[in-house]
Amino acid sequence: MTYIRKPSFQHPQLETNELGLTRRDYEGTLTTLCGGCGHDSISAAIIQAAAEMSLEPNRIAKLSGIGCSSKIPSYFLGKAHAFNAVHGRMPSVATGANLANKELYYLGISGDGDSASIGLGQFCHIVRRRINMLYIVANNGTYGLTKGQLSATADLGSKTKSGEESLYDNIDLASLAIELGASFVARSFSGDKKQLVPLIQAGLSHKGFAFIDVVSPCVTFNNTDLSTHGYKNTWENNAALSQVDFVPMREEITTRYAEGEEKDITLHDGSVIHLHKIGNNYDPFHKEKAMMHINQHKAEGRIATGLLYINQKTSDLHDLTNTVDRPFNVLGEQELSPGNSTLMEINEAFR
Amino acid sequence: MNSPAGAKIETLTKVNDFVVKFANVNGSGSASANTLFAKSIFRMGIPVSPHNIFPSNIQGLPTWYEVRISEKGYLGRREGVDLMIAMNEQTIQKDIDSVVSGGYVLYDSTKALPEQMAREHVQFLPIPLTEICNCEFEKPSQRQLFKNIIYVGALAALINIDFDVLTGLISDQFRGKEKLIPPNIHALQLGYQFASEHFQCPLRLKLKSADKTDSKILMDGNTAVGLGCVYGGATVASWYPLTPSTSVVDAFERYCQRLRIDKQTGQQKFSVVQAEDELAAIGIAIGAGWNGARAFTATSGPGISLMQEFLGLAYFSEIPVVLFNIQRVGPSTGMPTRTQQGDLLSCAYASHGDTKHILLFPSTPKECFDFTASAFDIADQIQTPVIVMSDLELGMNEQISEPLEWQEGRTYDRGKVLNHDQLEELEHFGRYQDSDGDGIPYRTYPGTHPDKGSYFTRGSSHDANAAYTEDGDIYAEVMDRIAKKFDTALNYLPEPEIRENGAAIGLLYLGTTTSAIAEAQDLLTKHGVATDTLRVKSFPFHQSVRTFIDRHEKVYVIDQNRDAQLKSLLKIELNVNESQVQSIRSYNGMLITAEHISRSVLDSQENAGE
Repeated sequence: MTYIRKPSFQHPQLETNELGLTRRDYEGTLTTLCGGCGHDSISAAIIQAAAEMSLEPNRIAKLSGIGCSSKIPSYFLGKAHAFNAVHGRMPSVATGANLANKELYYLGISGDGDSASIGLGQFCHIVRRRINMLYIVANNGTYGLTKGQLSATADLGSKTKSGEESLYDNIDLASLAIELGASFVARSFSGDKKQLVPLIQAGLSHKGFAFIDVVSPCVTFNNTDLSTHGYKNTWENNAALSQVDFVPMREEITTRYAEGEEKDITLHDGSVIHLHKIGNNYDPFHKEKAMMHINQHKAEGRIATGLLYINQKTSDLHDLTNTVDRPFNVLGEQELSPGNSTLMEINEAFR
Repeated sequence: MNSPAGAKIETLTKVNDFVVKFANVNGSGSASANTLFAKSIFRMGIPVSPHNIFPSNIQGLPTWYEVRISEKGYLGRREGVDLMIAMNEQTIQKDIDSVVSGGYVLYDSTKALPEQMAREHVQFLPIPLTEICNCEFEKPSQRQLFKNIIYVGALAALINIDFDVLTGLISDQFRGKEKLIPPNIHALQLGYQFASEHFQCPLRLKLKSADKTDSKILMDGNTAVGLGCVYGGATVASWYPLTPSTSVVDAFERYCQRLRIDKQTGQQKFSVVQAEDELAAIGIAIGAGWNGARAFTATSGPGISLMQEFLGLAYFSEIPVVLFNIQRVGPSTGMPTRTQQGDLLSCAYASHGDTKHILLFPSTPKECFDFTASAFDIADQIQTPVIVMSDLELGMNEQISEPLEWQEGRTYDRGKVLNHDQLEELEHFGRYQDSDGDGIPYRTYPGTHPDKGSYFTRGSSHDANAAYTEDGDIYAEVMDRIAKKFDTALNYLPEPEIRENGAAIGLLYLGTTTSAIAEAQDLLTKHGVATDTLRVKSFPFHQSVRTFIDRHEKVYVIDQNRDAQLKSLLKIELNVNESQVQSIRSYNGMLITAEHISRSVLDSQENAGE
């Protein structure tokens, strides 16, 4: 694990954001992943996204499960609170954490083993419950920490480094998320920061359950030419349905694009997603069309990326259950204990 | 049918001391009539303890409701039935056979009883319940339901239930649905009238008003737990439906709907999540506990098995969470609707690796309430899971109990939580640092301070600053500190209840076994055997448990499980010698009886004397 201390030294003219924080303030410890691991690019994208948005690091709770993917919360947002849960069970912990305090940002980091196999049940149910969070799956189609077994997101026929071929159809978590009611679903590629960073920013600003499936190659065990999750295949077959720019609510919208090719999507906090349509005039507001596009691309051996589906007028679990505005974790006996005279009345009903 | 010709029956003569058992078909609406019966006796001031013996089924299988009536206050089960209300053709032969000599059988005589069911020494009380209902009520559903009310009316005449008490209960029950009151009272009267006209009423088995239940309440333990969660400040409940724990969350939600809705906004100061399984249920509670809300889940044995991994995480990463285990008969699916204390070992050391968990053992609804509210304090104080160990007997049956009470001005003890200002003054925050030497570190809630107090919660090994480590010595230090925390915990846990009178023999027990103890002691006294008692209320054990055992020649450890789990725990934790303790076990799914305890002690004493 980490044995080299990350140098605290930084360039004196490092750019600061609205909070006066530099990029360094959003970093974590030195990564212990393999050189070239896609997951490190995801960490970098999260750091950039949070720094650009001027998020207060301590208002973010990072939650993860077990696996290479779930180690990465150590490598970004070192000042945020983190919870590394048990394998496949991050969704339940995130649900409870979110119920306790609705005022924080919740960022879930999981992997394909964590979310599509051992934790598939919990993944499905957190989507259904519309927890207000951004849930990222670092998807490499393999179990890295246990040295390269196939995962449930590996495509039929895809081969690992050891030559093991996937005999089964894959589970597509993005399709599943759309099907089960996620209100923000995107897919990206760890190597495409230009696409990934604004998606992370939009996902964090989105109210409701936001999901990003990030194809993130495992350089050690699943990066051969025969793997559909390797760099080569992903670069060659990455088919962006749209390009997204994210404008935080504080900033004035200045850029303008030609009519008909772009659309502004205003999120609940006032932030705006600029959506540039590419090619097929993709419309991310329809569940059925989104599913159709994903499947069509898959049939052609391509990977549909970008913002696949969004419904920004949605509610989260707190809305559905009509909870009080103040976080549960600040309520004390004054608000919660009904007092002895009420209990005396209750006793009467049992006589 | 009357008693067989020629047989002269010496019927029982008993006042306020007998057992009435109702044999019904489940789903036939008998439950509310039977509850009405038990509650009327309670309102007459006579101690009563009803036990539901029900199938894991919705409709059509046999179900029994057994009511122990005892002015002396013996609330455990007693073997044998004095008065059987035999309403189920599937079981009637066995039901009649279970009646003691001189006892009574009330049955629906619309259809004649087959000759072979006749039994000497039992008095039959035939009432044509179906026929009466068919004459009096139009709707088929009423004809079915009122059969039950009619036999309660007949019992009022037969054993002297105060009729005004019954009508009062009917009025209470149907408050807001007043039009249901007259037909119910009419049904009671039909039964009363029939019995008065056809039998010598009252029987020699009868009730007499007393004053033994004056300040008491009649409540099931799960309701008391639910209320304890409301008063104890729980805001997040996550659960997966599982008999016999389901009514804990039902009660919590019901009272929250009444007591936890913000009056101005109509918003909820609670959240109940029905999880996809028990793993998620405990995960949600742990996530909420980590983030500073008081959270709980309720389950039974199968759920405990599923929660093992998460319990280890909460133990090792030191997160407060409260868990209710309403124990039922295991292993595996076992007997889902029968009672057992079979999860002591699996809860005490739940999860892999070195773990230990705080257990609380309530024995009455009042204790269910008190221990539940305290469990949230203890979990916060010690920063660890607390498991409240109830069982089906306590959880789902109504029990006579002292009334619930909440001390005005009582505050929640949230344990060692640093706020913004405390963090501000702190030079260095280490989540797992033992600053006070009691093994309990300080924690923070996420988001408290802009740049202090955040840490990485993990189930992997960590150092005092919560950083990952594979250094074995640091790992061992953390494990030792956590062990120390459990020594400190003894200061926060309820001490055992010890009743000593210098006897050579001790009885050591917990939970629902308590209901049989006073009676067992009286039975033993009649045989010249004096006993002292110790009731365990919590785990880890206090040293006073060990000294009690040392002070006695022989201590009988009473377990409602096959493997003497309480005895095992005493041996593991207190180094109790096998020669000091002897096991008494009961594990047929029914509440242990005083007869069983006294018989076991006497047998063992005799063997020892030989």
